[in-house]
Amino acid sequence: MNSDRQLLNGDEAVALGALHAGVRLGTGYPGTPSTEILETLDQLGGKAQWSPNEKVALEVGIGVAFAGARALVTMKHVGLNVAADPLFTAAYTDVEGGLVVVSADDPGMASSQNEQDNRRLARAAAVPMLEPADSQEAYDFTRLAFELSERWKIPILLRLTTRVCHAKTVVHPRAPEEGLPEPNFLRDIPARVMIPAFAKPAHRRLRAKLAEIAAWNEAEGPVRHETGGTELGILSTGVSAVHAREAAPGASHLSIGMTYPLPMERLRSFAQSVDRLVVIEEGDPVLVEDLRAAGIPVEGKPEAFRFGELDVARVRRILERDNTPEPVPPRGKPPELCPGCAHRGVFEALRDLDCIVSGDIGCYTLGVLPPFSAMDTCVCMGASIGVGLGLRHVLPEEQARRVVSVIGDSTFVHSGITGIAEMVYNPPPTGHLVLILDNGTTAMTGLQEHPGTGRALDHSPTHKMDFAALARAMGVQNVHVVQTNDKKLSMKDLISDLLARPELSLVVAQQPCVLAAPKIRVYDRAAAAELRAEACAAVADD
Amino acid sequence: MTKVRNVVIAGLGGQGVLKASDILAGAAFLAGFDVKKSELHGMSQRGGSVSSDVRFGDRVLSPMVPTGEADLLLVLEETQVDINRYVLRPGGCLIGPDVLASQPLKKRKSLNVALLGAASTVLDIPEEHWLASMRTHLAEKLHAMNEQAFALGRAAARRGAPASLS
Repeated sequence: MNSDRQLLNGDEAVALGALHAGVRLGTGYPGTPSTEILETLDQLGGKAQWSPNEKVALEVGIGVAFAGARALVTMKHVGLNVAADPLFTAAYTDVEGGLVVVSADDPGMASSQNEQDNRRLARAAAVPMLEPADSQEAYDFTRLAFELSERWKIPILLRLTTRVCHAKTVVHPRAPEEGLPEPNFLRDIPARVMIPAFAKPAHRRLRAKLAEIAAWNEAEGPVRHETGGTELGILSTGVSAVHAREAAPGASHLSIGMTYPLPMERLRSFAQSVDRLVVIEEGDPVLVEDLRAAGIPVEGKPEAFRFGELDVARVRRILERDNTPEPVPPRGKPPELCPGCAHRGVFEALRDLDCIVSGDIGCYTLGVLPPFSAMDTCVCMGASIGVGLGLRHVLPEEQARRVVSVIGDSTFVHSGITGIAEMVYNPPPTGHLVLILDNGTTAMTGLQEHPGTGRALDHSPTHKMDFAALARAMGVQNVHVVQTNDKKLSMKDLISDLLARPELSLVVAQQPCVLAAPKIRVYDRAAAAELRAEACAAVADD
Repeated sequence: MTKVRNVVIAGLGGQGVLKASDILAGAAFLAGFDVKKSELHGMSQRGGSVSSDVRFGDRVLSPMVPTGEADLLLVLEETQVDINRYVLRPGGCLIGPDVLASQPLKKRKSLNVALLGAASTVLDIPEEHWLASMRTHLAEKLHAMNEQAFALGRAAARRGAPASLS
């Protein structure tokens, strides 16, 4: 991938940009639309690994950066909530190597449970944010982010959106960076130990860094300015910039690459150069609010456009102040649990037993759709267990006994383990039942490995977590491991038996994902062949 | 060519919609055009409706084909024709699986490539780039089968003569 001109999606462009910036380690947790970044980094020969969740991924990245090396940390928008704890304080520290955190937002919720706008989190955490519009900018801004991060010793957020991540556009890469320093530990306690005595001055340093970065953004930050008519000026960010240029080719356009901290004087003089200034931004009116707070009069979009993605037609409507109802595209066929998925039987049993199902994120969320309609709650990664316990604590006994928490294997590792700690620590009077539907992969995001599969990101063998042993060690009373395709097993009988007991139960229902199974067989064969080769080499050396 | 060509490929998850749009975008790229391609593929493997937009020309701005501006709509599954028709511009060209009615495919798997063969008769991309892009995007053992499917779709479309693009 070093030729002059390539057709890449935004995720691939970030991976190539990071590789060319000399990234030492990429970490993250799979999440649409961010997943392909680390997979591509691995395929390009970089070092990339999945973490159990985004918080751990960012913490590992912070360690890499403290060691003086460059780290890339990737996640979808909701993952940044999980990683918010380390992020907010990492902002106070001085990172030595560049630390770039990718937040892949999903306006329109193509594959997410909310459409939160993480430009808000950049402001809350006081972390600078770059927003590319296409793959070329995704590549350029990734490299720029590493430079800025090291120059000001601050983490940088790179915000992508679905239409940047999953749009292929033409990229012209530059020569890779060379001569980066080798990692080396330099003790700097006040810059990295955030006790109040050190954090108080650190917060002041952070605000001073942001003021300097804002000044840099004024003078030389990445903007695209096209002077057209003075009647209409459009200020846009991210992928909205290209929609806006197509919708209003005759207007003056200013698109800013760094959207926090803003180059406010540049924006002010642009505002003064046009009669009407419209802000075209997806999601929340973040720029509108910032500009108005700075005393720059701007026109935003009507509330209806806070929801969903923008496109050329919607931008035209905003510009034309067209408030007529938008056409609703015909509904397509919804996705479903794969016909061959062995875990369908679990949802049939839950439906037939009229269980109150506290569900979770991933493929199994599809259990809410017909023919199962066997899911009653789904909030965030790992919530099935806590929400199920809350229901059990207060519902009348007859209802409480029907509550079951259902979670997938990757989701369990991500955020389910602390739920088990809660269950054992504060058991409801009726007990509880947790089902881990273990399909041996992170299926919904495209078959990624996790600590429960025994394989690393590149599918090579590594240690494998044992969910049943973990549950027993934590104090769960009844732990069963079953195969969901076992003809002798009645999932319905097992569930009703466990629900009848006022005890804590956990069932690991195993059967590989039908899409992953052929691949898993290939990985297993490769691992076995390697073991054989090592053993033979050892004998030969004897 | 100054005009941007807008193509939408639609079907169901598992039919190879995204692979087809990768091949088309790659062919346009090899032909030297500016290209953008976009889709939503979080749920694409779970049997739901999938569609992908490919745009190429001298300079492409938005990666999404504006509604009602598609020059060509390629649909891999009969049930998906009506729900996607709204993307076509007036006078736009629709190619559905029925284009192969007179000469059914031996392997359903290569339907996506056969329909690209039909599409190749109306898009201004030399055949060599289609074939080169196919070889890049498909495993080697699938090359021969898909080259046949491409040729079959191309011939079928020529016989049926779908409306050429204005």
